[in-house]
Amino acid sequence: MSIREILKERILVLDGAMGTMIQRHKLEEEDFRTPALKDHPHPLKGNNDLLSLSRPDIIKDIHAQYYAAGADICETNTFSGTTIAQADYHLEHIVYELNYQSAKIAREVADEFTAREPHKPRFVAGSIGPTNRTASLSPDVNDPGYRAVTYDDLVIAYKEQVKALIDGGVDILLVETIFDTLNAKAALFAIEEVFDEIGKQYPIMVSGTITDASGRTLSGQTTEAFLISVSHIPLLSVGLNCALGASALRPYLQVLAGKSEFNISAHPNAGLPNEMGQYDESPEFMSEQIEVFLKEGLINIIGGCCGTTPPHIKAIAEVAAKYKPRG
Amino acid sequence: MNNYTLKLSGLEPLIVTPESNFVNVGERTNVTGSAKFLRLIKEGNYDEALSIAREQVEGGAQIIDVNMDEGMLDGVEAMTRFLNLIAAEPDIARVPVMIDSSKWPIIEAGLKVVQGKCVVNSISLKSGEEEFIYQAKKIKRYGAAAIVMAFDEVGQADSYERRIEICERAYRILVEKVKFYPGDIIFDPNIFPVGTGMEEHRKNALDFFNATKWIRTNLPGAHVSGGVSNVSFSFRGNNAVREAMHSAFLYHAIQNGMDMGIVNPSMLEVYDDIPKDLLERVEDVLLDRREDATERLLDFAESVKQKGKQEKVDEEWRSRPVEDRLSHALVKGIVDYIDADTEEARQKYPRPLDVIEGPLMSGMNIVGDLFGSGKMFLPQVVKSARVMKKAVAFLMPYMEEEKRASGNMSNAQGKVLMATVKGDVHDIGKNIVGVVLACNNFDIIDMGVMVPTEKIIAKAVEEKVDAIGLSGLITPSLDEMVGVAKEMERLGLKIPLLIGGATTSRVHTAVKIDPHYSGSVVHVIDASKSVPVVQSLISKEHGAAYHEKMKADYTQYREEYKNRKRDKNFTPINRAREASVSVNKANIVKPTFLGTKVFEDFPLEDLRNYIDWTPFFATWELSGRFPKILQDEIIGKEATKLFHDANEMLDKVIIEKLLGAKAVIGFWPANRNGDDVVLDVNGKTEVFHFIRQQNEKADGQNYHCLADYVASKEQATDYIGGFAVTAGIGIEKLVEAFEKDHDDYNSIMIKAIADRLAEAFAEKMHELVRKEYWGYDATESLSSEDLIKEEYRGIRPAPGYPACPDHTEKGLLFELLDAEKAIGIHLTESYAMYPAAAVSGYYFSHPESKYFGVGKIQKDQVVDYAKRKGETVEFIEKWLAPNLGYDN
Repeated sequence: MSIREILKERILVLDGAMGTMIQRHKLEEEDFRTPALKDHPHPLKGNNDLLSLSRPDIIKDIHAQYYAAGADICETNTFSGTTIAQADYHLEHIVYELNYQSAKIAREVADEFTAREPHKPRFVAGSIGPTNRTASLSPDVNDPGYRAVTYDDLVIAYKEQVKALIDGGVDILLVETIFDTLNAKAALFAIEEVFDEIGKQYPIMVSGTITDASGRTLSGQTTEAFLISVSHIPLLSVGLNCALGASALRPYLQVLAGKSEFNISAHPNAGLPNEMGQYDESPEFMSEQIEVFLKEGLINIIGGCCGTTPPHIKAIAEVAAKYKPRG
Repeated sequence: MNNYTLKLSGLEPLIVTPESNFVNVGERTNVTGSAKFLRLIKEGNYDEALSIAREQVEGGAQIIDVNMDEGMLDGVEAMTRFLNLIAAEPDIARVPVMIDSSKWPIIEAGLKVVQGKCVVNSISLKSGEEEFIYQAKKIKRYGAAAIVMAFDEVGQADSYERRIEICERAYRILVEKVKFYPGDIIFDPNIFPVGTGMEEHRKNALDFFNATKWIRTNLPGAHVSGGVSNVSFSFRGNNAVREAMHSAFLYHAIQNGMDMGIVNPSMLEVYDDIPKDLLERVEDVLLDRREDATERLLDFAESVKQKGKQEKVDEEWRSRPVEDRLSHALVKGIVDYIDADTEEARQKYPRPLDVIEGPLMSGMNIVGDLFGSGKMFLPQVVKSARVMKKAVAFLMPYMEEEKRASGNMSNAQGKVLMATVKGDVHDIGKNIVGVVLACNNFDIIDMGVMVPTEKIIAKAVEEKVDAIGLSGLITPSLDEMVGVAKEMERLGLKIPLLIGGATTSRVHTAVKIDPHYSGSVVHVIDASKSVPVVQSLISKEHGAAYHEKMKADYTQYREEYKNRKRDKNFTPINRAREASVSVNKANIVKPTFLGTKVFEDFPLEDLRNYIDWTPFFATWELSGRFPKILQDEIIGKEATKLFHDANEMLDKVIIEKLLGAKAVIGFWPANRNGDDVVLDVNGKTEVFHFIRQQNEKADGQNYHCLADYVASKEQATDYIGGFAVTAGIGIEKLVEAFEKDHDDYNSIMIKAIADRLAEAFAEKMHELVRKEYWGYDATESLSSEDLIKEEYRGIRPAPGYPACPDHTEKGLLFELLDAEKAIGIHLTESYAMYPAAAVSGYYFSHPESKYFGVGKIQKDQVVDYAKRKGETVEFIEKWLAPNLGYDN
C-alpha cells in the first residue's frame, strides 16, 4: 500500500526530536570527527548532522527507538544538511555524503521494522531544514533591503541536498520548520527541478513554524497566507511544527484543516522551553493535548518536535490509534 | 469546496471567489504610469517611493502593481530592491504584489524575492507557444498566478472573435499542457479606446464586454482584468467625461464578469451620480448604440468642459421635485434653501413626521451608504448632518403641535447615550461620533463633558438607551471608564459600552475594561466604525452572536497582550538612574526675569503662521500631512474645502476678535536632585517630580528622565520654566450659538480651530522664550516647518504626556504660575484644563534635552516615586495606570 492509501485509513505517526536524544549521549569533539575530518581545522562539536557519518550507531539507535515506540515515519538526521547551514563548520564539501548516508541509515532501520511487521510499513522522510539564513528578511536593521541569501543560492543548496536524500533512499521529502516562506518556496522549486531531472516524483510534506502568539510566521505571514504561498505544488501534507506546544498550535491547525485540501500534519514541541531551555511537558500531558485536536478530526500525521522522546511518541501513537484521520 | 478559487497572499490572504467584489489593483507604483514614481526610483529615493505604495494600500488597493520598465533603469535591480524593501513594511506587504513587466528577466527577479503568492503581469502567445509554455511553467513553479494578454503571434486581439480565439487557445495550453491551475489564470482581453472617430474602434468596449462574458462562461475558473483608463484615451483633458466613461465602463465590465482591474480611484465618478444626459451619451459610445454616438458625446464633452470652467454654479437641481431637492441638499450639504424646501414638503405630505421619514431619511440613507463605502468623507457628512438638523428643527414646532394631539413615536434605529467622562473636557471626537450616528438614524442623547458615572448610568436607565458611548482624551479618563464599567456590572446592567477617544485603545479596553463588565464592551477607533458596531450590538437577530464574538475577540486581545508583555525586560530604577544624562553647566543661561509674566489678549493674527494643520485634518478623520494632503488623489478635494472653511472662520475669529488668547510664563532657579527638580520660589522650596525610563536598553544607552536636563547643585545654579496658554476664552458663546443653529459643522470647526490656536500659541510662546525672555538662543531663526519638526534647542513637555505622564504634577505648575487667576484656566478633578483649548508645560533649556516617552515602569520606581511625592503607592498606581509595566 502506498502512503497515500494508508493515510486514508489511519493517522500516521511521525517520530520525535533528534537533538534531544543526541544530547543524552553527552558527546565530545572526537565523537563528531570521522577519520577524514581528523585534522579539520574548525571545531565540529554540535554539528549533529555529522553524527550520521561519525557515530552512525547512535543515529540508527534513535531511529530504532522511535520506530519501536510506534512511529510510522522517521526523519533523516539532515536538518542542517545544506551547504548554507554547513558553511558554519566549513563542511560544504561533505553535504552530499552526509545526506546520502543519513538517508541510508534510516532506510536500513525502516526496512528492518517493515520486514518484522509487514502490516505496518515504516517510511523515511528526508528532513529539509530552513537553513540559517532568511531570503525575505534583512539581518541588517539599518538596511531593510539587504538579503544574506538569495533565492538562487537556496535553490542550488537545496537541490544538492534533495538529490542526495533521494539517492540514499528516502520515501518522502519533508520541508520543515519554515519560518520564512520564501526559503520554503525555494526548497519546493529545487525539489521540482530535481524531479524533472530524474524523471520521478516523491511525496512532499511541508511544515511551517508559527513563531508568535498572533499566529504568524517569523517572516510575518498569517497561517492562511502561508498555506496559500505553498499550495502551488500537490503536497502530501501541510502542517506546523516547532516553536509552540501542542495546545497553542491548535487554532492554527484549525485554519489549515479548514482551508486546505492536503493532509494535515503537526509535530509540536513538548511545550515551551523553561528558564533552563528545557522542554518539560510529559508524554501524558502532551498526548492529552494532542488528543483534543485528534478528536476534532484535524489531523492526518502527528509527531513531535523539540523536547519529545520515544515515550512521548509512544503515548502519541496510542492516542492516534483511537481516532480516525481527517477525512 | 470552491471550484477554482484564486487565492493570493501577501502577509495576509486575498481570496477571489465568483462572489467576491471587484478586486482593485493599485497602479501608482508603476514607472510607466506615474512620473513621480519614476523620478523617485531614478533618484534612488526609495523611502518616498515606498510611501506611494503605502498610500495605495491605505487607500484600499487590494493588490499593488509594481512596474520598473523604463529604458534608463536597471529593471532587475530596481524590481528586486523595491520588493525587498516592501517586504520590510508590514503595512504594505500585507497585500499581494503584481509583478508587472514586459521583460521576463524582470518578472523572474520579482518572483525570486516575494514570499507570498503574487500575480505576474503578463505573459502571452506573442512570441509563440514555446516561450509561453516555458514562462507559464516557471511561474507555476515559483507559485504565482498570471495575467495572460490576448496577444498572439499575429498580434493583439482587437475584435470579439480574436479575443476569444486567443484566450481559448491560451487557456487550453495552460490547463492541458502546463497543468496550470485554472483559477490562477487571469485574462486581460485588451481595453482599447472608444470615441476616437475611427470606424474600427467603435466596438472596442462592446467587444471587451462580450469577450469577458464569453471567457467567464466558457473557460472555467479564469478571471478577467484590465487597465480601465485606456478606454477614455481620446478624451484626455476632459476629466468630467473621462470619469463618467471609466465608471460606466467598469459598471458594464463588472456586469459581464470582469473581476479585477487597474483603476485610478480619483478618476472615477459614482455611476449613480453621472448626469443622466452624459451617461446616456457615454453608454451610447461604449455599447455602440447609435451611428452618431461619438459625435454626440464630443459635442456634449465640449459643453461639459466649458461648464467645468465656471466652477459649477449649477442651479439646475432647483427645478427638480422637492424630494430630489431635499436629497440633493443633504448629499451636497447645501443649507441655503433648506427651510423653504422643507416647508414645501411639509405642505405636500400629510404629517411633518412623514417628511422626516420619507425624503429626509432617504437622503440621509444615501449619505450613510456613500460614507460607508468610502465615497464621502467626514467633513461632508457633518455638513449633511447640519442640513438634516436644520430641516428637523424647522419641522419641530409642527411635530410638537401634532404630538400634543396624538402620542409621538420614534422610528429611530436605537438610542445611544454619549458622554465625556468625569474630569475630562474634550468632546470633539465624541461630537463627531454623535453626528455620524445621528445621520444613520440613531437617537443621540449627548450628556456633554465632565459627566459623573452616576449621572451617565441614571440617564441611561431612565431613557432605556441601547448603547452608551464613553469618550475621553486624557489618561485619567481611562480609569474613569473602568469605573463606569464596574458600576454598571454592580447594578446588573447589560447595556453595551462603546469606548472611544485619543488615549483609549483596543488593548486597554480588552485588558482593563472588558473583564469588569459582562455586557459588550467595544473600542471604536473612529466615527466611521461606530455605525456598524452599534448596529451589530443592538441587532435583534445578530446582537447575541455579536456579543459573543466581541467577548471572544477581546479575550483573545487580552491573551495576546499577556503573551507580548512577557518579552519586555526592565532595569531596576537604581541602575537606570546611574545611566542618566547630565547637562553641561557651560550652557546655563539666566532668564531675563524670575517669577511669572502674564500676557493678556495676545494678538491672534500673530499665531496664524504657527498653526500645525496636520492634526486639524486628523480631527476630521482625513489623514495625511499638510500641505500635501490638499493634493491627495482621494481626499484632496475635501481637504481643500475644509481648509478653506477653516481659514474663513479663522479670518472671522481674528477680525471680530471672537476668541481671546492669554498666557502666563515663569522661570525659577532650580537644581536637579535625583529624579526631582528642586525650585527656589522666592526662598521657598518647591519640587517637581519626574519619572525615568526603565525599559531595558543596550549598554551605554541612557535611561531618560526630565530631571536630567537641569544641572545639579554641585554643578551650578540652573533654571526651569513653566507655561500655560489658552486660546479658548469666549468659545462657549460661539459654540452655543452654533448649536442653537443646529450647526454641528461649525461647532466642531470652532473647537478644532481653538485647539490649533492654543497649540500655535504654545509654539509662539516657546519661540519668544528661547529668543527673548529666557534668551538662551537669541540668534535662532527657523521657519514654521522647522518649528513643527522641533529643530531648536530646548523642549516644552506637558505633564500628562509621554515624557512626564503624571497629570497631578500639573497642580504645582498651575499653583506656581497662578494660572487660574492669571489667565482663567482651571483644572478639573482629573487635571484636564478648561477651556479645552489650552496647553501647559515646563521649559527646559539645555541642548541635551529632548522629547522621549517614559514607557512602562516597575514597582520599585512607583514605590520610590510615591515616597518622593508623599503619596500612597495606591494613589500613584491609579494615576500612572497606563504606565505600569506590571499587574497591580
